[in-house]
Amino acid sequence: MSHATTDTMRQYWELEPHHHPEGASTSLGFWVYLMSDCLMFAVLFAVYGVLGTSFAAGPGPKDLFDLELVAVNTAMLLLSSITFGFAMLAMGKGDQRGTLRWLAVTLFFGLCFLAIELYEFHHLIHIGAGPQRSGFLSAFFTLVGTHGLHVTFGSIWLVTLMVQITRTGLIPANQRRMVCLSMFWHFLDVIWIGVFTFVYLLGMI
Amino acid sequence: MSAEHAHAAHHDDHGHDHGSHASYIKGFLLSVILTAIPFGLVMAGGFESRALTAVTVIGFAVVQILVHMVYFLHMNGKQEEGWTMLSTIFTVVVVVILLAGSLWVMYHMNTNMMPQMDHELMQGFGS
Repeated sequence: MSHATTDTMRQYWELEPHHHPEGASTSLGFWVYLMSDCLMFAVLFAVYGVLGTSFAAGPGPKDLFDLELVAVNTAMLLLSSITFGFAMLAMGKGDQRGTLRWLAVTLFFGLCFLAIELYEFHHLIHIGAGPQRSGFLSAFFTLVGTHGLHVTFGSIWLVTLMVQITRTGLIPANQRRMVCLSMFWHFLDVIWIGVFTFVYLLGMI
Repeated sequence: MSAEHAHAAHHDDHGHDHGSHASYIKGFLLSVILTAIPFGLVMAGGFESRALTAVTVIGFAVVQILVHMVYFLHMNGKQEEGWTMLSTIFTVVVVVILLAGSLWVMYHMNTNMMPQMDHELMQGFGS
């Protein structure tokens, strides 16, 4: 009797838990995290859109921004994106040394980006255009600073992953981490497109 | 060459598409062009109409974001049985509502909170 019931149930439900391979849903989960991060950036963009013209009789974008510096910065981030792509390709071939080499190049470009951004922030604060000067500058430092903080943590993650790969090689766990960090890194480049377009380019028109 | 093909096929089995050397280079070159044109345009002073310059620059940004999505983030409708695409579309819808809504509401609030407007209202109440 009970056997017959189980058989009937078996037709409609899966009684045994089915096994997913370890980490099968990691990339989707990480993508959903990136989308929530995207919403946070959208809020900061909205804040900048609302406060971006509140200069409080202080300096505006045209007095402060240096487009050539921003262009160099953009180039750094774009180069780091393609070198991370090459690291992923090297990983696909099972080339551990190549992966580490391209990761190091990516880290170099990432640090160049951060150095240029810190120089810009330092320069702005030095000439009295710090975040407390006006609503425009508060929103600017919050938006660009949050992006810079993401790149900083991405760089720390990059170093951590390089140590992990050096220690244990290109094991599946490290490959999974590489996939996540590559999504994170390329995502930051996408956010930067929004930043240089809406903050720098539209501010300078 | 055949080894490369075999390798690509192997990766497709796992559902992880890491792209190819050619696709990364293609995406990179497209990004460089799509970045250089708006920068050059704004640095050169832009068109006579500021609105046209702004629309052009934003247009290039949208195309470049799509290029990054396809060539660097390897987006397609099939990834994770479509869930990646679905979550992305949902996010884009929320972002558009959030940005358009915030700017619209705050613009109207600013317009209605202008000091002279307040003054006219006060006068209206007084008479």
